[in-house]
Amino acid sequence: MKILSFLCVIILVSCSSKETEHDTYEPIPYALQIPELFEQKLIPPLVPANNKLTIEGVTLGQKLFFDTILSSDNSVSCASCHNPQEAFSDSNVFSEGINGQIGTRHSMPLFNLAWNFDEKFFWDGHKFSLEQQALEPVIQANELGNLSWNIVEERLQNHAEYPNLFQKAFKTSTITKTLVTQAIAQFERTLISGNSKFDRYSLGQETLTPQELDGLDIFMNEERGDCFHCHGNPNNPLWTDNKFHNNGLDATFTDLGLGQFTGDPNDNGKFKSPSIRNLEYTAPYMHDGRFATIDDVINHYSEGLQNSSTIDPLMKKVDQGGVQLSIQDKANLKAFLLTLSDTEFVNNPQFQN
Amino acid sequence: MKKILALFLLTTIFYSCGEDLDDNISTQAEVIFKLNHTFDDTAINVDNYNALNLTNANGEMLNIDRIRYLISRIELVNTSGFSYILKDYNLTDLSDINTYKFNGNLAIPTGTYTLKLVWGFNEVDNLGEYPELNTASWNWPDMLGGGYHFLQFDGFYNVDTASSSPFNFHNGTAKVSDGVFEQNFATIELPNEIFVEQNTTIQLNFDIAELFKNPNTWDLNVLDTPLMPNYNAQKMMQENVQSVFSIGDVTYQ
Repeated sequence: MKILSFLCVIILVSCSSKETEHDTYEPIPYALQIPELFEQKLIPPLVPANNKLTIEGVTLGQKLFFDTILSSDNSVSCASCHNPQEAFSDSNVFSEGINGQIGTRHSMPLFNLAWNFDEKFFWDGHKFSLEQQALEPVIQANELGNLSWNIVEERLQNHAEYPNLFQKAFKTSTITKTLVTQAIAQFERTLISGNSKFDRYSLGQETLTPQELDGLDIFMNEERGDCFHCHGNPNNPLWTDNKFHNNGLDATFTDLGLGQFTGDPNDNGKFKSPSIRNLEYTAPYMHDGRFATIDDVINHYSEGLQNSSTIDPLMKKVDQGGVQLSIQDKANLKAFLLTLSDTEFVNNPQFQN
Repeated sequence: MKKILALFLLTTIFYSCGEDLDDNISTQAEVIFKLNHTFDDTAINVDNYNALNLTNANGEMLNIDRIRYLISRIELVNTSGFSYILKDYNLTDLSDINTYKFNGNLAIPTGTYTLKLVWGFNEVDNLGEYPELNTASWNWPDMLGGGYHFLQFDGFYNVDTASSSPFNFHNGTAKVSDGVFEQNFATIELPNEIFVEQNTTIQLNFDIAELFKNPNTWDLNVLDTPLMPNYNAQKMMQENVQSVFSIGDVTYQ
C-alpha cells in the first residue's frame, strides 16, 4: 500500500512538472532572411508587434498553409491556389475551390508581403493586414468552403497534433481563428524573393546583356515604356508600388475593383499593381487572368489600352492605344522582365510542403 | 541718498539683466509644420483633391489624380542669421493626410525667425540613398540624373471638352544631354517673420495653381507629357516653384 502511494506521488509529480515545462515553453524568435539588396535599398519589413515571428509559429503556419484540413471537405489547402512553383500563384485563370467551384479573380502571387506597408491585401485592397486577409478564404464558399470558423477551430482542436503545435507556438493549446491566421501570416512573411539575375546585377555580381539593358531603358524611360511609375525600379526591388491603378483594361467595368470596396466612383476599375518580379511563373496576368502570356501584357500597354473615366493619367498615350513599342522594343522589354525571375525562390524546399 | 538710489538702480538693472539672460537660456520651443494646399482660392484637401475641376492660368480646365512632392532642409533662421534645420525632408502625398504635418526634429530657442526650405533635394542630398523614399517608389531614373522626384503631379486637362488628355507634370534633375545633368532644386526663403513660442505650429501654404503661372504661364496643350526628359520644361518648373509657398497662420498652444 505504501509502495502504491509512493508511486502515485511520483506520477503526480512527474505529470505536474511536465505540465509546468509545457506552460513555460518559450517559442524561439525567427530571424527573417533579408536579402542584401533589400537591406541596402528598403526600409525594414513590417512585422506586427502582436505577431512576432517565431520558429514554431512559422513552422505551424507552413503546415496549416499546405494542409487540406482547412477546407470543409478536406480537398484543398491554401497551397492549392498558391503554388510555390508558380511564385505562390495559380496557373489557372480562376482557382478551383471545394467541389470544383471557381473564384472570380485570379490568385495573387505571394512574396515580399512584409514590405507592403499600406497592408492592403487582395486585388482591391479590401483587407488590412495579412492576418485579416487569411480569415477570408477559409469561409468563402468557392474557396475552402467552411460554413464558419467555429467548425475549423473545432476540427483543428480535435486533431492529434495541432493542439500541441499551437501550445508550442502561442503558449496555448486552445485553437482560435486569430491564432490560425497569425501562424499563416508568420509563414507568409518568410516568403521573400530577392535573388533574381537582376538582383545579382544590382549587387555587381552579374552582368546584363545589351538586350536586357535596353529593356530596362524601355521600362524606365518616360518616352518609351514608362513602366516604372507603378512597378518599381532598380532602387525599389519590390517592383511594385503596392498602389491601385486603372491600367486601361476596359472601357466599362464588370468588376469595380477598389471602387467596390471604397464606394468611391473615382476608384472604379482600379486594382493593385502586382509585382513584376517572378512574372515568368505567375501567368496568367491581371486581376481576371485575361492575358495568358507576358507578350499579351506588353501588347496591352503598347496598343491595347481602353479609355475610361478613371484611367490613370500615367497611361499617357491612351488616345493612341498605348506607348507604341516596336517589335524589337517588346522583345527587349520582355528580356529585361525575365531577369526578375527568382528560380531559387520558386524551388526553395523551405517553402514547400 | 544719491548713493542709495544709485545702488538701488544698479541692483534693479543687474537683477533684470540676470532674469533676462536666464529666460534666453531656458526657453526652448517645439515647432510643428502643417501643409495646407490650395489651387488659387480653392482649398484642396484629402477628400476633394481628385474630385474638382480647376482652371489654370492658361485657361485649361484640369483635374488632379495624384500629387506627391518633396521638400527638404526645412530651416528656421533667426535674426542673427543662425539656422536650425528642423526636418531633413518631407514627402507629401495629397492622398495621405498623415503626410500633411510633421514635427521639427529639435526644440529651438524662442524668438523671431524666417523660414527657408529646399524644393526637392540639393545635389548633396539627392544621391538616392533614402530607403524610405525608395520604398515609396520616389526614384528619378538614372538616365535622367538619378536621385528622386521632386514632384509628381498627374491628371487630365481640357476636361471640359470631348478630348481630355493626360498630363504628367513631374519634376526632378534636368538632363542637358546624354550623361550630362543639371541640378534642378530651388532654395525658397520666405520673408515673413515668424515668432516662435512654446508649441508653435506654422502653416505652410502650397498654391498648386502657381506651378502653372509664375513666371511661366504653362500651356498644357504644348507641355503635357513626357516632361521628365525635357530640359526646358524642367527648368521652367524650377522657376515656377519659387512662388508656390507662403506662410499661413502661426498658432501657439
